[in-house]
Amino acid sequence: LCAAVLLKDMKLLDVKLGQLPSWVAMRDFTPGGILGAIRRGYNRYYNKYIDVRKGGLGGISMVLAGYVLISYIWSYSHLKHERRRKYH
Amino acid sequence: MLSRLVLRAAPAALRSLPPPVTVGVLHATRPLHTSKQHLAPLPPLPEKGGEVRHGLIPEEFFQFLYPKTGVTGPYMLGTGLILYFLSKEIYVVNHETVAAVCILSILIYGIKKFGPDVAAFADKLNEEKLAKAQAVKNESIEGLEAAIEQEKKEQWRVEGRSYLFDAKRNNIAMLLEANYRERLLTVYNEVKKRLDYQVAMQNLKRQKEQDHMIQWVEKSVVQSITPQQQKESIAKCILDLKALSKTAQ
Repeated sequence: LCAAVLLKDMKLLDVKLGQLPSWVAMRDFTPGGILGAIRRGYNRYYNKYIDVRKGGLGGISMVLAGYVLISYIWSYSHLKHERRRKYH
Repeated sequence: MLSRLVLRAAPAALRSLPPPVTVGVLHATRPLHTSKQHLAPLPPLPEKGGEVRHGLIPEEFFQFLYPKTGVTGPYMLGTGLILYFLSKEIYVVNHETVAAVCILSILIYGIKKFGPDVAAFADKLNEEKLAKAQAVKNESIEGLEAAIEQEKKEQWRVEGRSYLFDAKRNNIAMLLEANYRERLLTVYNEVKKRLDYQVAMQNLKRQKEQDHMIQWVEKSVVQSITPQQQKESIAKCILDLKALSKTAQ
């Protein structure tokens, strides 16, 4: 017997694919809400991978890998011209 | 001018609002301490962070794909993605790729070789910090326990105060007793002196009376001896002496 959970209170991984657009639309997009979301995300990542007794390499390497990825995506429009073949 | 009008209307408008609630009521209407209680002492840090495989991908991803694809699923996904990016040239191979390969290989070699040593060193630093904090805490705890022991000892000592008071009472009683006996002795001596005086007086009086009486009797006897009697008594004495001398011979 599970209690019905409101759509806006469900976590992302419990949302079905069909409900995804409505779920995204219900999120809090005010500046305060976005700031809160950033802070929550940062705290989750920090408490899980960095604020531990024996931290490992994965904590910062994931951040650096994300940085590399984002910088590649942002500079893709310049890298397009260095492709070896025109048609793929 | 219009601004002055607005300024004059403002106090009237404010008065029309309900009066401001007092501070106590305001605090009562706003609930406090609604978040869960902060534990004290704080819970200790977790030992290890989240698992990360190959230093890049969290373990949760592999667990997410395991029911559907088994163990090799994520690796197939990774290989497929890499081939797709390369073939469609979403990832472009240029001079930066060569630089990245060199840098990454050196990085990975360095980490594999010196990683455990650096980790041990950092752990040692952490241990020292923790040990210092623990030492402070232990010292303060020991100091407080010693203080508790002292306090208990003082409480035990307090229990002996009845003996102390008994001893003092005994001392005082003895002093009083000695004093009383001294005074008793003094009284006895004084009374004895007075009684002795009385006795001596009586003795003296009787002595004097006796002497006086003897003297008076002698004097009267001597006076009563007339010369006639004196001659007769002397002649008698001579006769007696002669008789005695005869009997003695």
